[in-house]
Amino acid sequence: MATRSERRNRRWLRWLLIIPFIAVLFPPFYNFRAPEFIGIPFFYWYQLLWIIITAIITAVVYFAGA
Amino acid sequence: MHLDAIIVFTFFFLLVTVLGFVAARWRRGNLDLIHEWGLAGRRFGTVVTWFLLGGDLYTAYTFIAVPGSMYVAGAVSGFFAVPYTILVYPLIFVLMPRFWTVCKQHGYVTTADFVKDRFGSSSLALAVAFTGILATMPYIALQMFGIQISIAALGIPLTVPILGLNVDVPLIIAFIVLAAYTYTSGLRAPAMIALVKDLMIFIVLIAALVYIPAKLGGFGPIFNAAHQKSLTVKTFFDLIGPNQSLNYVTLALGSALALFLYPHSITGVLSSNSQRVVKRNTALLPIYSLMLGLLALLGYMAIAAKVKPLPGFGQNGAVPALINASFPSWFAGFAFAAISIGALVPAAVMSIAAANTFTRNIYKEYLRRDASDREESQVAKITSFVVKFGALLFIVLINPQQVIFFQLLGGIWILQTLPAVYLGLYTRWFNRWALLVGWAAAMITGTTLFIVAGNKPSYPILGVPLYTAISALILNLLLAIVLTPIFEALGARRGRDITSPADYDEERAPDEPLEVGREALG
Repeated sequence: MATRSERRNRRWLRWLLIIPFIAVLFPPFYNFRAPEFIGIPFFYWYQLLWIIITAIITAVVYFAGA
Repeated sequence: MHLDAIIVFTFFFLLVTVLGFVAARWRRGNLDLIHEWGLAGRRFGTVVTWFLLGGDLYTAYTFIAVPGSMYVAGAVSGFFAVPYTILVYPLIFVLMPRFWTVCKQHGYVTTADFVKDRFGSSSLALAVAFTGILATMPYIALQMFGIQISIAALGIPLTVPILGLNVDVPLIIAFIVLAAYTYTSGLRAPAMIALVKDLMIFIVLIAALVYIPAKLGGFGPIFNAAHQKSLTVKTFFDLIGPNQSLNYVTLALGSALALFLYPHSITGVLSSNSQRVVKRNTALLPIYSLMLGLLALLGYMAIAAKVKPLPGFGQNGAVPALINASFPSWFAGFAFAAISIGALVPAAVMSIAAANTFTRNIYKEYLRRDASDREESQVAKITSFVVKFGALLFIVLINPQQVIFFQLLGGIWILQTLPAVYLGLYTRWFNRWALLVGWAAAMITGTTLFIVAGNKPSYPILGVPLYTAISALILNLLLAIVLTPIFEALGARRGRDITSPADYDEERAPDEPLEVGREALG
């Protein structure tokens, strides 16, 4: 486990949590049908995928001790 | 009406009833104390918190209303729930450990407890408490609506004529069971039942995802059916329609900001035994979000399967009809049991949370200042009953379709407590009277816009449709910022802040010893 002062220095890692907001709050990034994945339009699988990516980002920030 | 479906349904319903009462023994605490009855002694670890919060946050709204919206309107008013549940956890990762810490240090049970001490204002605390209860009532009614749909889908008659009156017998039985074990066991009951709920929902989800697309020829034909519908139905979109981007985005962001202002979410958070448990769960709870996203697709599967929605429930009858059409009747019974139990867990937590709020912030504050701990806990137990009974009356007396409208309105209301609660965690710059005026103006404006829009959550501002909760919040914040210096100049000063900066330091937050599950079985 990181010590308290080390954890304080890693607080900047919390800024990584902004990434999901950028990824899903701009529909022009993903508001189309192609490319499809097993018949699922891009609009749908892109957002479902971001559920998983966001969980990974949150876990990274947690384990880094931010 | 299939006997095997009803037998399976009844079996699981009885199972969770027994669990609900057994949960009272799962304790080292004295259930005559409100933090034992209403927060389970703040002793839940990572796993129990995961099941409880998952069971608490993913409600009949997730299982019935989201797929129903997908069925009738498509991407914008249905699938926004996915970005909503994506964004909620990064927010919670930052906000909730801080909130947990200050609540632990001062023994707060509700958001209004915190607001009262932070801003030295019992009027502002009353506004926050009132909003919490007001927004929770229709949310509980929505859970009862979910149970009602499940019962109807099983083919059990909804009403039985008694003395010339049509009485909702099955729903009343469900209500009595729920009310009884919530009363005796407090928060430990939904925590234990959540375990069964979550496992059942995951089983139904996996079965639905494997079985239904295989029957319909894969996901291609399912999304194609939705696309065809978008070509013929003007109000249905399979992508975000023109001029709808900002609506989609504000619905997602507004809902994400609102979720953890609800009393039942706060109850779930505060029952965990350390701020680290809260943080860990923000990385683990997205498993449920994935479930929500995939369940939403059931709405499109209902389109592709060309099912006829269950009569009397509008768009929300589509998924139950799909379940009946796709599965053998015993498994349909299992699925409807999962949905009903899925509604019981949040209904229990919501009524406990509303009861905690009423007892702490209205009863003890205004009616009986010197209430003993025992009396406090007793009032909370009785209130949890009254709140549920109110929700039952609501669903029995009012057209069930209206329930969804009020639940949407609840989302608009609860977001208006954000400045006092979330911003209050970081600053006490705001004047208490400025916050109160901002809140009142936003409540009135939000409600008006909702009605003017024809009971819809979005209303165009300058020609662009926006989620009304966000429009009202912007007004709320503007008023709070502009009025703060004005009130200060007029001499209506800031209140005294009882919390100190060290109370918010997550690193120094104490842990409670864990609740031991073994004791329930011993």
